[in-house]
Amino acid sequence: MSRRARIVVVLPALAGLAALLAWSFTGLPGFGSFRGPYGILLNRVATPERHMTNVVNATTYDYRSFDTMGEEFILFAAVIGIVLLLREDDRDRRAEDRVRSEMVRSGGGLTVGIGVLVGLWVVAFGFVTPGGGFQGGVAVASAVLLLFAAVGYRAWSTLGNETVLDPIEGLGAGGYVAVGLAALASGLPFLTNVLGPGIAGTLWSGGSAAFVNWSAGIEVAAAMLLLYAEFLEAHAVPVMRGAS
Amino acid sequence: MSFLPYAVAGWICLVGLYGVVTSRNLVHLAVCLTVTQSSTYVLLLAVGYVRGGGPPIFKGVKLGTSAVDPVVQALSLTDIVVSVTVLALILALALDVSRHAGTVDPAEIAGMHG
Amino acid sequence: MIGTLVPLQSVGFALVALGAPAIVLTRDLLRLVIVNGFYGLVLVVLFVVYGAPDVALSMLVVSTVAYPLVLLVAISRVRSHGRET
Repeated sequence: MSRRARIVVVLPALAGLAALLAWSFTGLPGFGSFRGPYGILLNRVATPERHMTNVVNATTYDYRSFDTMGEEFILFAAVIGIVLLLREDDRDRRAEDRVRSEMVRSGGGLTVGIGVLVGLWVVAFGFVTPGGGFQGGVAVASAVLLLFAAVGYRAWSTLGNETVLDPIEGLGAGGYVAVGLAALASGLPFLTNVLGPGIAGTLWSGGSAAFVNWSAGIEVAAAMLLLYAEFLEAHAVPVMRGAS
Repeated sequence: MSFLPYAVAGWICLVGLYGVVTSRNLVHLAVCLTVTQSSTYVLLLAVGYVRGGGPPIFKGVKLGTSAVDPVVQALSLTDIVVSVTVLALILALALDVSRHAGTVDPAEIAGMHG
Repeated sequence: MIGTLVPLQSVGFALVALGAPAIVLTRDLLRLVIVNGFYGLVLVVLFVVYGAPDVALSMLVVSTVAYPLVLLVAISRVRSHGRET
């Protein structure tokens, strides 16, 4: 179908969708007058009950941890799909590529360590301040990616290859399920918070939801690094061989 | 005035869909799909907003202060991280198409054979 | 707090409503990467103004590193495939 025909067909369809959206939006309560019972209840109940001051992460990793397990497995499956799609036969991991400026290499190398520490801090304090496994995992992966940008492909590929990252990703995804099964083994429903709640506002809070948080963080970091590794191999290796 | 955020979310969704349908390039199509996805985040957070409420974090803040809805935030934040992976998967598919067909224009890609 | 938030929110909504057509109407791929980065940052501002720091943090880490990397690698490979054939 040519582009002109597509435009002619889509505009009435979009107008119809716009009418439906307008009709449904006028049925919503106005902006700012949130009526829903669960949000208000959770804000009042989460900190006294589970001793977690970050109610959003309490929802993600404790009250609704089953949904987060599903999201993690979307990540897992999508990364498998990417690894399969970008697989080419002529790959040579021993290609040579180094950043030439000494200052960028040494400064960037130091910043990688600092960045990984900051990312781990964001994961660890997920139940106290904004942060948590998902955000901190992506931050750790971005810090390790700096190895490629500031130091070179060789240094990056010591960390960003499948033999290192696959077990870590499996550990994260499997660890999440294992924490849930541990609750099941002691007679409670799947993924119940089994350890004691701890002291609110400190690292020692959240009970077994803290293990769930760390599993999610490890899995997200490893999945993002695998994604970056596949894309960088598809790009960097042909460039270094002078193909493009 | 109080329906403006919902209208903005609807506008972004429609603009993104228009971009997907009339795109000349598969990479541009993937980015327009993420624009449509971002409209859902804007809509969810708009539904959960409480006028005069702060963030739902209670460290150093007295319990009982009015705060916005945490449930929609929990939905949005995991979805944002997952959307990167889905975008990467779509781009990997586009790369595959470009390798076999030599072009990324959706109009020029020949139909399937076999 | 109510008095200062409302103008910020209007600005945030206006920027987001302008950013979405900007992405759709950009045809050049490299320019698309930059406009996408800008749209991501505008969304971060909007999420902060909404009182959602976790969502803002998530969008920030994702749209500054992951989106540009994935898009740039895809663009570079698409160009080289186009040159080979």
